[in-house]
Amino acid sequence: MSIYDPYAASRETTEGRVYSVTGNDWDQLVTEIGATKEERVVVNMGPQHPSTHGVLRLILELEGETVTEARAGIGYLHTGIEKNAEYRNWTQGVTFVTRMDYLAPIFNETVYCLGVEKLLGITHDIPERASVLRVMMMEFNRISSHMVALGTGALELGALSPMIFAFREREKVLDIFEMVSGLRMNMAYVRPGGVSQDLPEGGLAKIRETVKELRHNFKDNEKLLVGNTIWMKRTQGVGYLDLAGCITLGITGPILRSTGMPWDLRKSEPYCGYENYEFDVITSNECDVYGRFLIKMSELEQSLRIIEQCCDKLEKLSGAPVKVEDKKLGSPADLTVGPDGMGNSKGHIANIMTQSMEGLIHHFKLATEGFRVPAGQVYTTVESPRGELGAHLISDGGTNPYRVHFREPSFNNLQSLAAMCEGSMIADVVAAVASIDPVMGGVDR
Amino acid sequence: MSTDRGSFGTPGTGDTSGYGGLVRKTSATGSTERPYGGYFDEMADELERAYPEFNEDIERVVMDRGELTLHVKASRLKHVAQVMRDTPSLRFELCLGVSGAHYPQDTNRELHCVYPLLSMTHNRRVRLEVSVPDSHPHVPSLVEVWAGNNWQERETFDMFGIIFDGHPGLTRILMPDDWIGHPQRKDYPLGGIPVEYKGATVPPPSERRSYK
Repeated sequence: MSIYDPYAASRETTEGRVYSVTGNDWDQLVTEIGATKEERVVVNMGPQHPSTHGVLRLILELEGETVTEARAGIGYLHTGIEKNAEYRNWTQGVTFVTRMDYLAPIFNETVYCLGVEKLLGITHDIPERASVLRVMMMEFNRISSHMVALGTGALELGALSPMIFAFREREKVLDIFEMVSGLRMNMAYVRPGGVSQDLPEGGLAKIRETVKELRHNFKDNEKLLVGNTIWMKRTQGVGYLDLAGCITLGITGPILRSTGMPWDLRKSEPYCGYENYEFDVITSNECDVYGRFLIKMSELEQSLRIIEQCCDKLEKLSGAPVKVEDKKLGSPADLTVGPDGMGNSKGHIANIMTQSMEGLIHHFKLATEGFRVPAGQVYTTVESPRGELGAHLISDGGTNPYRVHFREPSFNNLQSLAAMCEGSMIADVVAAVASIDPVMGGVDR
Repeated sequence: MSTDRGSFGTPGTGDTSGYGGLVRKTSATGSTERPYGGYFDEMADELERAYPEFNEDIERVVMDRGELTLHVKASRLKHVAQVMRDTPSLRFELCLGVSGAHYPQDTNRELHCVYPLLSMTHNRRVRLEVSVPDSHPHVPSLVEVWAGNNWQERETFDMFGIIFDGHPGLTRILMPDDWIGHPQRKDYPLGGIPVEYKGATVPPPSERRSYK
C-alpha cells in the first residue's frame, strides 16, 4: 500500500528517498541522510524560500556541501503581461508593463514609451521637461531598486541592519514617487508622448531636500558593509564570473561592469537626453559578489548627481509642457493628485465640458479608442538597474500593439547562476543569487 | 499583410458607429534600397564581403525607423549568425534574445523569430529575422553561437511552439510542463471570465467591443 502523503517526513521514489522539510527536527534528518549510502544529495530550494528573491526554485545537486550542479526553475510568477497588452490600447500598455519588473517600474514604462514614440515617429517632439522628468524618476528608481538589492542581499547573508537602513532610504524615494505620480509603485507615470503630469507645487524643493538626506544617510550602509571583514569573507571571490563568461551568456548591467567593462547604455546610446548629464560609469575588476556590491553602492551617488542636474534643468524649464503638443496623442486628461488620490483635474473637466468642443472630442477619442500607430517594428533599450532592458514592439497599424516583448535583464542574467555556483559551497549560492539581483516579476513576466 | 473591415476589434458585436463599411489594408514593409544611411551601409558591405552568399541567403533588407532588419533564410540562420559574431569588422558579441511573432495571415511564413544583435566593439545594432511555416516550425538554434540564447529560445518555444533544432534542452520554461498549446499565438484565446460590477456584467478583455 503506498498512498501519497504530502505531509510525510520522507517517502520512497524511483529516484531515491525524498525528504520533506517543513520545520521538523533537523538533527533527525541529518542522521537519517547520513545513514544512507548515497553521497549525492539533490536539494530543492524554494519555490518559496527567504533568500530566493521571490518565487524562484533552485535545484541544487550536492556532494557534501559542494554544489556540483545548479539549475533554476522559473515561471511561478508568469502573468501573461505580453499577451494581455495585445488586447489593450497603446496607452494602457504602460499600466501592464510597469508591473513586469516591479522594483524598476519607471524603466519598464520608459522603454515601452520610447518604443511607441519611435513607432509614431515623434521621438524628437517629446518636450525637454518631460525627458528631464523621466530621467529624474529613472534615477530615483535606480536608487530604490539598488536599495532593495543591497538590503535584501545583506539580509540573506545574515546581516540585518543594512536591510533596515536600506528600506528606510527606499521609503524616502517612494515618498517622492507618491508626490510626483500619486503612486508608490507601478505608477504608469511615463506615457507615450511625455509624462502623465507635471511636478506638484513645492515638489522641487522636496526633491532637493530628499537628495541631501539620502546622500547623508547612504553613509550608514557604507560604514556597515564596505571593508567589513565578515561581509568581505562572505562575498569576495564568490560568484565569480569574468568578462568572457559575461559576454558568452549575454550578461549586462552591474555584473558586466564588475568585470571592468565600462558598458552603460546611458553613455553608449544615450536616450532621454542622457548625453547632457555629467556622471561616471562605475566599474570594478573583482568579477565577484563584492565587486557588484561596490558598484551598486557607488552608483547611488552617481544617480544623486544626475538628479541634482535634473533639478537645475527643471528649474530653468519651469512652466514648460510635459506632454507632446499633438492633442491627438497626449494622454487623455490632465491629471492632478487630489485629496482622494490621483484623478482628473477640475480645471480640465471644466474646460472640456463648458469651453472647448475640440478638447472634449480629443478626450473622448483618446479615452475610448486610443490612437493608431503606423505598422512596423522597433527595438528600444534603456539601462535598467539590472542591465539592458529592451522592448520589442510590433504594430499592425491599429490601436492595440500586435506584439509586445520585453528583453528582461533579470531573465537573461539568471542564466549565469550555474556558471557562478557550480563548484562552490552551498552557502555561496545565496550570495551569488543576491548579486544577480533577479526580480521574478521581470524574469517571468 | 492583412485586411480589416469595420472599426471594432471584436466581430459580431453591434457596430453603432457608422464606420462598419471601413476597409483598411496593412501591407508589409518591402525591401529597402541602398543607401540605408548611418553605419548600416558600411556594415552591409562588411557582411557581403565576409558572407559571399549574401544575395541568396538574405531575402530582404528592411530599413525602417533607423533600424536595419536582415530577413535571413531559416536554414542559413546559424551560418549568418556565426559570421556576424566572428568577423572582426562586424563583431556582434551580444544577441539580445529571441522574440517571436505570429502572423496567421502570412501564409507559409506564419511564425517569425526576431534576434536583436548588439556589437559592443563598434557600438552598432542590427536585427535578424527569420520566418517559418506553421506546418514545419523549425529554426536552427543559436545557443552554440550565443549561449545566452538558451532560455530565450525555450521561452519562444513555450510561447509560440517554434522548435529550435540543436537546442541542448528545449523544454517549457514559463508555462507548466504539461500545458497544452502555446499562449502567444494569435489563435490562442486570451481567456478570462466575465466580472459583475454594480449589477452590470463586464465581459473579459478579448470579448469586449474594442477599436482596432
